[in-house]
Amino acid sequence: MGYGHSDLGRPHIVEPVTLKILVAGGFGVGKTTLVGAVSEIRPLRTEEILTEAGRPVDDIAGVESKTTTTVAMDFGRITLREDLVLYLFGTPGQDRFWFLWDELATGALGAVVLADTRRLEDCFAAIDYFERRDIAFTVAVNCFEGADRYPEDSVRDALDLDPGTPVVLCDARERESAKHVLISVVEHAMLASARG
Amino acid sequence: MSGDPERAARWFDDAAGPVVRPYAMTRGRTRSAAEDKLDLIAVVVADSATHRTVADQTLSPEHIDIVELSRDSPQSVAELAAELDLPIGVIRVLIGDLLHAALVRVSRPVPPAELPDERILREVINGLRAL
Repeated sequence: MGYGHSDLGRPHIVEPVTLKILVAGGFGVGKTTLVGAVSEIRPLRTEEILTEAGRPVDDIAGVESKTTTTVAMDFGRITLREDLVLYLFGTPGQDRFWFLWDELATGALGAVVLADTRRLEDCFAAIDYFERRDIAFTVAVNCFEGADRYPEDSVRDALDLDPGTPVVLCDARERESAKHVLISVVEHAMLASARG
Repeated sequence: MSGDPERAARWFDDAAGPVVRPYAMTRGRTRSAAEDKLDLIAVVVADSATHRTVADQTLSPEHIDIVELSRDSPQSVAELAAELDLPIGVIRVLIGDLLHAALVRVSRPVPPAELPDERILREVINGLRAL
């Protein structure tokens, strides 16, 4: 679909098909690490109006008229082919930035929910969010050194996931492992769309 | 930070960073008429005819940066924001101006409400495997 000028003039320019996958999970669970393991990573800023929810903890005394702030997100790009580009967006970890998620989630192919078995509850909110919006997601358990390993099924039970939702163990630092997680998301999205 | 009360007042917190006014660059506009077309992964392409228009005095340096970047190769909205280190809201307004002036085109191949077809998803899987 083209907007504005449609007179190309430069037919050799390839306009890529672009897709996005979100990377969600609690603070410090390895979102930045995962995005960085498979792609070039850059910070992306979005400037947003502060919500009331942020008020009690956010001291803006003296700057009451300026109720905007910048929120940084991780952003990665994987060029699969010249005409096919996958973008990864790390969702902001703090609850008060949830309003950003709606925009990120629109049109997303799917999502990764990164989990740490030492504090599984940190990813409940993300799971809830994607379940409610019918966005295909894979739960990737980041196997931190020193954390107990649990079989995938016990993680699934603990999170009360739908039977079809994939759970994979991963090491967010490892490129192959991060690739495996992303492939799982796309496969799951494909199945979900086939089911319609 | 307590030694510099003015700076302290402008610093929001560690997660959010300083309180800023980037919309000065857009002359106070925070919305663009083209906003709904400007998804983060929408692709911006500058037309070849824009070679002459970059000298246009009505354009800001940031407008010109966008045109030049997206003329070399198509750029997503998110990439332009990251490259120029501008917040997404600001880059959207600026791209909206350029769209209005017909200096760039924006394409969004996959409608937001739909998933891409299975062929594309298979290509993504194969592409990831081959990385």
